[in-house]
Amino acid sequence: MITYSFLQHYWWFLISLIGGLLSFLLFVQGGQSMLFSLARDKKERHILVNALGRKWEYTFTTLVTFGGAMFASFPLFYSTSFGGAYWVWMAILFCFVIQAVSYEFQSKPGNVYGKRTYQVFLFLNGLLGTFLLGTAIATFFTGSEFTVGKGNITDLINPTISRWESAWHGLEALANPRNWTLGLAVFFLSRTLACLFFINRLQDEKLVSRARKLLMFNAFPFVLFFLVFVIWTFASPGFAVDPETKEVSMVLYKYFNNLLEMPVVGILFVAGVLLVLLGIGKSIISSEYNKGIWFSGIGTVLTVCCLLLITGFNNTAFYPSTHDLQSSLTIENASSSEFTLSVMAVVSILVPIVLGYIIYAWGVMEKKPFDAKDFEDDGHVY
Amino acid sequence: MELLNASLIDWSRAQFAMTAMYHWLFVPLTLGLGVIMAIMETMYVRTGNEQWKKTAKFWMVIFGINFAIGVATGIILEFQFGTNWSNYSWFVGDIFGAPLAIEASLAFFMEATFISIMFFGWKRVGKKAHLAATWLTVLGATLSALWILIANAWMQYPVGMEFNPDTTRNEMINFWQIALSPVAINKFFHTVLSCWILGGVFVVGVSAWYFIKKREIEFARQSMKVAAAFGLVASLLTAWTGHGSAYQVAQKQPMKLAVMEGLYEGSHGEGLIAVAIPNPDKKSYNDGIEPYIFDIKIPKALSLMGYNDFDAFVPGIKDIVEGGYELPEGGKALSFTEKQTKGRTAIQALADYKIAKKAGNETEAARFKEVLRENYAYFGYGYLETPEQLIPNIPMVFWAFHIMVYLGGYFILLFTAVLFFLYRKNLESKKWFLWTCVWSIPLAYIAGQAGWIVAEMGRQPWTIQDVLPVQAAVSAISTNSVIITFFLFLILFTALLIAEIRIMLNQIRKGPGSH
Ligand code: HDD
Ligand code: HEM
Ligand code: HEM
Repeated sequence: MITYSFLQHYWWFLISLIGGLLSFLLFVQGGQSMLFSLARDKKERHILVNALGRKWEYTFTTLVTFGGAMFASFPLFYSTSFGGAYWVWMAILFCFVIQAVSYEFQSKPGNVYGKRTYQVFLFLNGLLGTFLLGTAIATFFTGSEFTVGKGNITDLINPTISRWESAWHGLEALANPRNWTLGLAVFFLSRTLACLFFINRLQDEKLVSRARKLLMFNAFPFVLFFLVFVIWTFASPGFAVDPETKEVSMVLYKYFNNLLEMPVVGILFVAGVLLVLLGIGKSIISSEYNKGIWFSGIGTVLTVCCLLLITGFNNTAFYPSTHDLQSSLTIENASSSEFTLSVMAVVSILVPIVLGYIIYAWGVMEKKPFDAKDFEDDGHVY
Repeated sequence: MELLNASLIDWSRAQFAMTAMYHWLFVPLTLGLGVIMAIMETMYVRTGNEQWKKTAKFWMVIFGINFAIGVATGIILEFQFGTNWSNYSWFVGDIFGAPLAIEASLAFFMEATFISIMFFGWKRVGKKAHLAATWLTVLGATLSALWILIANAWMQYPVGMEFNPDTTRNEMINFWQIALSPVAINKFFHTVLSCWILGGVFVVGVSAWYFIKKREIEFARQSMKVAAAFGLVASLLTAWTGHGSAYQVAQKQPMKLAVMEGLYEGSHGEGLIAVAIPNPDKKSYNDGIEPYIFDIKIPKALSLMGYNDFDAFVPGIKDIVEGGYELPEGGKALSFTEKQTKGRTAIQALADYKIAKKAGNETEAARFKEVLRENYAYFGYGYLETPEQLIPNIPMVFWAFHIMVYLGGYFILLFTAVLFFLYRKNLESKKWFLWTCVWSIPLAYIAGQAGWIVAEMGRQPWTIQDVLPVQAAVSAISTNSVIITFFLFLILFTALLIAEIRIMLNQIRKGPGSH
């Protein structure tokens, strides 16, 4: 039976899945943040830039799709979060604008600001883009200060429906250390995945062995920050919705209970975490092993997807307001109409085709690991 | 909580306009040059002539440089609906979000995937597979234009929706009515074809420069041939679809048409302005001052173009404000004041409905819902105070429209002349004409920007025609925040634009020989 509620759950699942894919693809950003540490000279930087340069569009487009899918399926989130947490989102956008030109422009004669500037742009995108995205997503668990009054539209002087109650417009999220832990976890995760990607893709032995070393230094803080965030969150009250009255209240261990009450999500979450650790562990233990990116990558998709699922499923408010609990957004009160969700569900049937040609393209482009000569042979060098 | 005020609205509009105009500097070249280079690669695959491959590859380098900055400017636009137009995002997100999501998931991924094969796959896939990837890149770009233009057309002509007072927003009831609306179809063809013009002018202009410098002659001749033929077809079709757009405007946005033509007082059998100089003394729509210092009109042409009837009545600005004329579909046009009253009635009925609903009074609620439904067509007028707010900036829209139309005519002549001289084989010796080709490149950009000014300035004060004016659509943030982001984007985009132009000039100076 395709009910309205089913469609809302289906779309929250898709959003969560896109979020998971985005987290995995942030390895591009992680790699960019290591341009000046993993690479020791120009030649090595050249290799890193070109290896990442063939992938950045996927990450970027996934971010755009995350936004577009949110707009179509949960427009109240779009209006509340983007219009309210203005400065955080603007900062994130800025980090991605400077990325988009940097690959194409950095080696071209006449680029005005010099190669170094564009590489610094890439570095900043890797450093801040990942951290800020993590921080913004953490507010799904910790809440923000806003009110929603759909009746405001009838106020001719002040018709805004979603109103932000903190004058910091999003920057106040940085005052909450729990948000920092997820921001840092995402940052170190992206670097961990980047190391695994380089181990898998590159032929240059010096770069690969350095990537193995850096893997340890990034995986450890990642695991630490991730565990602190998860344990802290599971041990904290969560934003629960009463299925009958729709009233939102704080319930202790809500997110942990969501995992227990939705065993499939719980099992996938644990499996995801184990896969991430497996990919990292095998790559650290064996200096021959180079398939870690696939385990950790799939594990990342699963883990993040499940984390987002427990913010929306099982009568939970996915974008909670600490200022006015009853303004909190749920997949029920923030979603598009049943008609729009079903139109979009029909469109989503085409997604496997999209995935199909992406996998095809990835396959033909990546038959063997790169070395510097491949870039020249392919003709289009960054 | 920040109060909404006029400067917040103006700065939010300025930011959106500025970022959109930047995006529109790059998108047309992607769409136009994309097709041209794909045609060139097709010639290579069909003839096996390596020179065609070299030609195609050179234009691909230019394409890549332009594409990157197009992507950089696009992401801002998407998120700006949320950051700066948050009420809009809720009020119509149920409808507007769908084409945006389809654009991202289907079109952008197609583009992003196949562009990597196009750039890096020359040695990794076969000739035919590579050609397919090039065409699919172009198709992806064109599909992204389709979906965003459907979304834009819907703002000009909102169809396929119904207002739901319980959720307080407009909801989609018919997807195909939105996707296949006549405004959307016209807009798509007019826009994409205009981009093909720009691609054509760009390639013709750059090739002319090589002729002037007596370099890369074979390459320039090949490029010129393809681009001029392509450009001529595109410019004829652009004029035709432009007329189609104007016809739609006459039907759906009569105020925009009146402002495009600077028509204050309409009449039966209205003429179309061929040349005119607006009178700077004219300050208000009803001060009775002559609108033009000088004008030449083509008799009855506006009535014919707008309504397919030599004697149809075309309302001017004053007529639309004052109402009272016969509508083509029958009945009398309402005045601004009547529409405003209906709008306020609708807004009040919505407020009363919500109160009644909360109190559990279903019969009262049903009564208010009915009042709301009867007056909803004018909902947005309730937010307006004065009739002046209904009138877009007349000189901007008037001049933008006429510049676009004159340039449309000019490009037809230009491409015809290029083809004629190519046929007579004396193009290379006509220095003055070659320079004309070079200097036509900026004109194509001006025409496209002018078109958007007509479309977007011409629909002020509406974000959604008749339903949601800008002041009810904007986010509640401080004006200063918007001013800061405005300048941050302005500086960043300008810096990137400068780099882009210099890189392009360098690549052109290097020429295809080095690739
Ligand atoms: C090189 C660019 C260019 C040129 C020379 C013209 N246009 Fe244009 N026009 C566009 C580029 C463009 C565009 C960028 O493609 C637009 C803007 C947004 C859109 O949908 O298409 C457009 C839109 C557009 C619209 C708006 C449709 C709407 O708002 O729904 C109309 C009525 C016209 N055009 C009419 C004309 C006329 C009568 C022209 C002269 C002969 C003309 N345009 C030349
Ligand atoms: C408000 C309106 C618009 C929004 C929100 C928007 C959004 C975007 C975004 C997010 C991108 C980057 C996509 C990526 O990740 O690759 C992009 C690129 C692009 N957009 Fe737009 N866009 C808008 C208007 C338009 C219009 C009107 C057209 C064409 C008619 C257009 C055509 C393109 C094309 C062809 C690209 C590919 C990059 C390029 O070469 O410029 N866009 N746009
Ligand atoms: C030659 C005959 C042309 C005619 C009759 C024509 C007609 C029009 C009209 C009436 C509009 C305003 C529509 C509105 O506001 O809703 C318009 C807009 C526009 N035109 Fe044209 N046009 C022509 C040629 C061109 C050319 C050559 C270009 C570019 C190369 C172009 C680009 C645009 C653009 C970018 C817009 C704004 C987009 C829109 O709203 O559709 N047009 N055109």
